[in-house]
Amino acid sequence: MSHRYLPHTPEDISEMLAACSMNGLGELYSDVSPALLLGREYDLPSEKSEKEVRDFFKKLGEKNRLMTCFAGAGWYDRYTPAVIPALLSRSEFLTAYTPYQPEISQGTLQYIFEYQSMMASLTGLDVSNASMYDGPTAVAEAMMMTVAAARKRNRVLVSATVLPQVREVMSTYARYHGIVLDTIAEEDGVTSRADLEEKMASGDVAGVVVASPNRYGVLEDYNGWADTVHAAKALFVMTCEAAALGAVKSPGEWGADIAAGDAQSLGMPLNFGGPYLGYICCTRQLIRKLPGRIVGATVDEDGRRVFVLTLQAREQHIRREKATSNICSNQGLMALFVSVYMSLLGPQGLKEVNSLSCAGAHYLADRIEKGGKARLSYPDKPFLHEFELTTSFDVDSLMQRAMQHGILPGVRLTDNRLLVAVTEMQSREDLDHLADIIDSMPSTL
Amino acid sequence: MNKEYYGKLIFELSRPGRRGFKLPANGCSDALSELPADLLRASSPALPEVDEPSVVRHYTNMSNNNFGVDTGFYPLGSCTMKYNPKINEEMAAGVGIASLHPLQPVSTVQGALEVYYTLQQALSEIGGMSEFTLNLYAGAHGELTGLMVIKAYHMERGDVKRDKVIVPDSAHGTNPASAAVAGYKIVEVKSGADGTVDVEALRPLLDDTVAAVMMTNPNTLGIFEKNIPEIARLVHEAGALMYYDGANLNPLVGVGRPGDMGFDVMHINLHKTFSTPHGGGGPGAGPVGVRKGLEHLLPVPHVIKKADGSYDIEHSAPGSLGQVTGTLGNFAVLVRALSYIFSLGKEGLAMVGPLAALNANYIKERLRDLYLLPVDTVCKHEFVFDGLVDKSTGVTTLNIAKRLLDHGFHAPTIYFPLLFHESLMIEPTETESKETIDRFIEVMRDIARESAETPEVVKTAPHNTPISHPDDTRAALNPIVTYKELCENPI
Repeated sequence: MSHRYLPHTPEDISEMLAACSMNGLGELYSDVSPALLLGREYDLPSEKSEKEVRDFFKKLGEKNRLMTCFAGAGWYDRYTPAVIPALLSRSEFLTAYTPYQPEISQGTLQYIFEYQSMMASLTGLDVSNASMYDGPTAVAEAMMMTVAAARKRNRVLVSATVLPQVREVMSTYARYHGIVLDTIAEEDGVTSRADLEEKMASGDVAGVVVASPNRYGVLEDYNGWADTVHAAKALFVMTCEAAALGAVKSPGEWGADIAAGDAQSLGMPLNFGGPYLGYICCTRQLIRKLPGRIVGATVDEDGRRVFVLTLQAREQHIRREKATSNICSNQGLMALFVSVYMSLLGPQGLKEVNSLSCAGAHYLADRIEKGGKARLSYPDKPFLHEFELTTSFDVDSLMQRAMQHGILPGVRLTDNRLLVAVTEMQSREDLDHLADIIDSMPSTL
Repeated sequence: MNKEYYGKLIFELSRPGRRGFKLPANGCSDALSELPADLLRASSPALPEVDEPSVVRHYTNMSNNNFGVDTGFYPLGSCTMKYNPKINEEMAAGVGIASLHPLQPVSTVQGALEVYYTLQQALSEIGGMSEFTLNLYAGAHGELTGLMVIKAYHMERGDVKRDKVIVPDSAHGTNPASAAVAGYKIVEVKSGADGTVDVEALRPLLDDTVAAVMMTNPNTLGIFEKNIPEIARLVHEAGALMYYDGANLNPLVGVGRPGDMGFDVMHINLHKTFSTPHGGGGPGAGPVGVRKGLEHLLPVPHVIKKADGSYDIEHSAPGSLGQVTGTLGNFAVLVRALSYIFSLGKEGLAMVGPLAALNANYIKERLRDLYLLPVDTVCKHEFVFDGLVDKSTGVTTLNIAKRLLDHGFHAPTIYFPLLFHESLMIEPTETESKETIDRFIEVMRDIARESAETPEVVKTAPHNTPISHPDDTRAALNPIVTYKELCENPI
């Protein structure tokens, strides 16, 4: 048989087997006990043509509903400039492995360096690694960094206002890694300062993890928090949706030691969950505790400025069980994605994305409040582009009604709580449409 | 690749006032400037200001400094750099999937869930496992999750004193690193002279404090662990579980299944065995499979098929180790893998392992007179040379690797496994033609001849790449990892 991905002709196979002094392909497995061989074809479909593969996925695609998306909760519907898929499909980038051979990998190494530069600046911190898997795992790694840096202390505090998926993943990693993870209570949609101080008093805290914008979209005020945390010799970790940092105060400006989170909001398609991109940045002092790849600048033999993987003595292929983390493959191509995105938008564009989303969100919130069927859950708290509603109707009924109009109205939190996000993707008509649907809901609760 | 090196940074193309975007308008009045000023950034991030054509040319020029599978032969051992079919890319970018939110109601994502479930089933058949989760983002992430499954298994049985994981000395570095992140101590077991795990060395290590033995099969020498049934029996008798590192699954595709060899938990690197592009370091995917009896321990969220034929997502499940990802994983990567499995079909898949093994054995046999073969046996998808046979030339594995770059080949994996001083690990994969492989053999033979006749040429390689050898020591001594630091310490 032959297949379009397999170049071997029967003559090739015979000649190659002869060079190996073998008579058949089966001899390649002569050292394997026959009992361990499958001895049959897989119970899977037969080879499909490209057209058949295309038809299969097209048919499945039709079983998905594409809607005007007001859902957020950490992942947002953002516009992807056409330049990005065009550049990402350059197969010199797409089909390369980790840049182990710098002489023929400067493309990858250089975009990682650019990515690190942009992320460090965006988070207001000194350094970044080459990327993490996603926001939740990035924050879990940040948690492990604080414990590694503290040595004998193994307690980490996380605010109740951090996204649930982040806290879930932190909790799993903590349980297996031997970290005690405690929650700092929330109070009216923000982290309780009093509870932080009470829990810090035990003296065994290695790190404190907080968010802004938080899980309700609220911008929290962390003035003075870094000092409180540092006074107890713990590290201050902030997790922020990356695009928001084009406008809101950065972790570095709040005095954080580590910033970690999801960078999906920098223009990435939602893709039903991925690939996204986790980021992790930290102060210069902590660079040797960072997980994953780091690219640095140096010179080649001819004096040219070039880029290489550096500080590899932290990594698993050198340090094995003593490595800072087990991460190796990360989300490399997505680091290129956000580098191109931030290059196209620049500081002004990133600010405009936020001001447009913020304007839309506040307009929508005002309209909904005026309608009287739902109110902001935290009316006194500032928000950027996402807000939580407390409704007078069953959220499920709204979901059903809105979806009939091709609108996903947000993320359902409970029967009467809905999280609504606005980005540059929704037009004024979309905003009015959702507000009209909410206004039309009968108050039942 | 261009021989001309393009080394500008995007920041160096920046001029104030340039822009590469235009946003839509929504006609809503500004609200950002009304937010409390002390919650907003005091200064803008230092991002470049560049127009669209300049951005496109910049990154295109950079891509010309890069080498991928589409550029040429990439015999990087243990990385399975096979051809990445183009139809997979188109399927992954299909709009039917690209704009779905991960928290959309399940009734609106039935097609996506069917993709997930179908791949889950296909991998279970290929791995010989009962059930898979596809949520994991990479091989190392799969290993970590697999070890969590193992820990959850022992904990559930109240068997709390198992705090060790055994790994062979030939194991990938991720094995001990993942075990450490999962909270285990690591015990190393020696390989025997034939390159496989020494059963007699393993036997005394097995007691009631061992949680698992992690194995790669074929191992990193490309040799099938012939004693695997005996090892599995001993490990299970000691109450521990067998973990299969799927990095080397490719030669078993169509031939044999880890589940039939006594493995309890395994991961698969979709970006190796199932042809999803590696992207210069991800995104990949590292699905984890388990044998019957361990399914309930797998992480959530988990996709299930209901009696009425529809699909649902479980967000919590009794016994589940919990959540290790934000979502159901790198979904677009999963689409590519399923597209690959369908394109090959059962007939094509049956040829993957044998042709990968044929290519590797052919190279080994054609080069073994010039390159030192430390373990002489039939190999699977890859094999390891310990440098040149003629050690008098002073030419090292690093030199050979760099000289290969001059001839338009990517280098093999070098200095791994750690069992030999001059490891040169070659994995050709099944998608390389005899012509490509013959050319590689010819170049390898030329390099061996050059090493004897004009060793300096080899020792000073590469000569033909966009840049020459970089100074790694300088990079590590005073790390410059951002443009800001570069401006403060100009190079």
